[in-house]
Amino acid sequence: MKLLSAFRSSYLNRRGTTFRSLDPSSFDGGFIPKPSPSSIFWLAIHCLCCLISLILGFRFSHLVLFFLFSTSVTNLYTTTAGVSQLLKLKPLEKANVTAKSSRVVVGRHGIRIRPWPHPNPIEVMRAHQLLERVQKEQKSLYGVRSPRAVIAVTPTYVRTFQALHLTGVMHSLMLVPYDVVWIVVEAGGKTNETASFVGKSRLKTVHVGFDQKMPNTWEDRRRVESKMRIQGLRIVREEKLDGIVVFADDSNMHSMELFDEIQNVRWFGALSVGILAHSGNADELSSVLKMNQEGKPIQGPSCDSSGKLVGWHVFNTQPYATKTAVYVDDKAAVMPSKMEWSGFVLNSRLLWKEPVDDRPTWVKDVDNLLDGNEEIEDGPLSMVKDPSMVETLGSCGRNVLLWWLRVEARADSKFPPGWIIKSPLEITVPSKRTPWPDSSSKLPVVTKEAKYNQPATEKRSGKAKRIKEQEQ
Amino acid sequence: MKLRSWVLIFIACNLLTFSTISAFRLSRSQPTERISGSAGDVLDDNPVGRLKVFVYELPSKYNKKILQKDPRCLTHMFAAEIYMQRFLLSSPVRTLNPEEADWFYVPVYTTCDLTPNGLPLPFKSPRMMRSAIQLIASNWPYWNRTEGADHFFVVPHDFGACFHYQEEKAIGRGILPLLQRATLVQTFGQRNHVCLKQGSITVPPYAPPQKMQSHLIPGKTPRSIFVYFRGLFYDVGNDPEGGYYARGARAAVWENFKDNPLFDISTEHPTTYYEDMQRAIFCLCPLGWAPWSPRLVEAVIFGCIPVIIADDIVLPFADAIPWEDIGVFVDEKDVPYLDTILTSIPPEVILRKQRLLANPSMKQAMLFPQPAQPGDAFHQVLNGLARKLPHDRSVYLRPGEKLLNWTAGPVADLKPW
Repeated sequence: MKLLSAFRSSYLNRRGTTFRSLDPSSFDGGFIPKPSPSSIFWLAIHCLCCLISLILGFRFSHLVLFFLFSTSVTNLYTTTAGVSQLLKLKPLEKANVTAKSSRVVVGRHGIRIRPWPHPNPIEVMRAHQLLERVQKEQKSLYGVRSPRAVIAVTPTYVRTFQALHLTGVMHSLMLVPYDVVWIVVEAGGKTNETASFVGKSRLKTVHVGFDQKMPNTWEDRRRVESKMRIQGLRIVREEKLDGIVVFADDSNMHSMELFDEIQNVRWFGALSVGILAHSGNADELSSVLKMNQEGKPIQGPSCDSSGKLVGWHVFNTQPYATKTAVYVDDKAAVMPSKMEWSGFVLNSRLLWKEPVDDRPTWVKDVDNLLDGNEEIEDGPLSMVKDPSMVETLGSCGRNVLLWWLRVEARADSKFPPGWIIKSPLEITVPSKRTPWPDSSSKLPVVTKEAKYNQPATEKRSGKAKRIKEQEQ
Repeated sequence: MKLRSWVLIFIACNLLTFSTISAFRLSRSQPTERISGSAGDVLDDNPVGRLKVFVYELPSKYNKKILQKDPRCLTHMFAAEIYMQRFLLSSPVRTLNPEEADWFYVPVYTTCDLTPNGLPLPFKSPRMMRSAIQLIASNWPYWNRTEGADHFFVVPHDFGACFHYQEEKAIGRGILPLLQRATLVQTFGQRNHVCLKQGSITVPPYAPPQKMQSHLIPGKTPRSIFVYFRGLFYDVGNDPEGGYYARGARAAVWENFKDNPLFDISTEHPTTYYEDMQRAIFCLCPLGWAPWSPRLVEAVIFGCIPVIIADDIVLPFADAIPWEDIGVFVDEKDVPYLDTILTSIPPEVILRKQRLLANPSMKQAMLFPQPAQPGDAFHQVLNGLARKLPHDRSVYLRPGEKLLNWTAGPVADLKPW
């Protein structure tokens, strides 16, 4: 203990001018070094250590001597910084001028650092458990009180882009924090392709086939898709599923907030859908956009200032009048229908056969529709008698919670079934362009020549250029 | 008959247990708990009718002119003195008749002499205070009647009425001798310290309420940061080696936890500072050059549990707010083990602290809103003053009795202002 205090004072002596004196009577006093035997001794040790450091070539601290003399060895962490830190282990108590006894003293204190100042993995885990607990509490306070299941109805069919689209929907549904029932209606009958996606999702799924094949024009497709969705609703009625029905078209993109927001619906709700009218042709799109300055690419409810539903904002298809796609693989922009199904959600109890208490009167009786006696023409709004009673979601359509997109491949595009390739791929770029380890020494010469030949080989130079850069 | 009496007793017992449950659920917001400190459930008390305050009319050189010279005084953390005067001038507790007043308020802005950087210089403050007291002692008889024992002053500076920013010098000066008997409303509070006298009322520092309100984020944003702190660890300008600033505590936090992913600590001041606090569970409130800081107010407003690292600190309204239940107190010597301490707090305790913090009266008590609202810090100060009533007999001096020494203190302070 005495050794440590003497050691400390000598270390601090080294720090020099900013050191405040130990004398309590002179608070603003400067430092007056008093030569004492102990300080001379430590000065000698210090000189010895400096000499040794010069000889050895690295810093030899007198800490080693200290540890030679001391009996207690704690868990050391000695780097050059660690040395000074260990020296600061105990605080330097200074006399306080106050008359009252206070354990808090003014003056220079040591900076306490524990021997291993790094995170302890068990504590980190405990902290994460605390975080989870707090977040669970937050969810129960601010989130939904009694969450209802989400019933997603997806019409689909086998084509090149199906993998892209269904993977998106599948992942979105898998992330939903509520119970999900995924009803997949497939045009042209059930296939293994779709079944594999549906199976991968690890959700409760209902996969049914639909007898018709998906037609080739967008107009006809819309009709068939509507029929497929009605088929999905029939399944909801038969199975008496309880929850909120969402029309999750396979090419749409859904945000997570959508599923939180729809929990607020009571019977029939409408929300804003961002319409992404995309065509393969970038030039055309820009010219269209220049013309179409007003009108947002959104379909959704619109309210007056008091929040009451007064009308609907639909996507302005005027600018695209002459240039819309008719066939599925046309290069023009694909237009949405007047009212897309995906912008509406409904309570599954509306579809049940048995009369449910407090079923609203402003919704038509859907039995006729579901039994196939009627055709639904204008989209889901024809299911309500009084459209002004529809509930608005997402702060009356101001939040766009999902995006509508229709993009498909060329009609003649082929893709490997299940996206599994049976035989190895054919070579399109010879491998001597890549830096394989057994490449010949001729390679740099080859690339230099390739550099001069650059303008000629425009198409393939992309990959080659990148490889050249790696080599250089 | 016997069965019926048993049933009645059973029902009565149930009612009793339900009435003693302290938590209650407000409609769709966070359930909170009632806050009651050592003085009881006093946060929601209304001071109107319980006391009368007379506000001295000092010449504007003591207040208005100073403010005109530097309007930054309205937004810095010492602005409580200015807003207190404005509140009292239009409050129903104000009386224009000094004979019926229980408390007398002297509106002098001692913390408004700012450097170009915005920090207040306390060098002229003792002289200013002295000059103000001389003025009221000579123009009104109320000071001499009690030698200031029923007067209160707002001194929000670093070390209160010691009027210095350096702790050693402040301790050396001590509280201004003329204020020995007055009640001081100050932000500084540390037990067994010269600059905190018995009977002072500790208030929170001023934090701009509108600015904080405008940075609120939805309550469902999950709290994903475990510990949050933004501020200096080493004050390189004044204490380059460390050890003086914050008694080495802030430096210890940095050295021990700079690579710990649970601790989001840094010296950078991001624009999302307030939003980040709302995403954190614990917010560190270590001492700096003085033990108090606006971080406590910010932590309470944003629902982040304050981790107070300042030995013997006295927190605002300590008799009305049970800080032990709300915040986590860590001794300075235990700072290297802060992660162990914080991760070993049981989750129910954390949830309870968050519920207490969510209590709107708790948040209101930390603010100085313009105009004043019920339950805010102004009202808590008045409540504190009301709790000190009625004045003890010893407050009134016998004729000819003199207890204050008008010539005590450093010679420089005796010069007129």
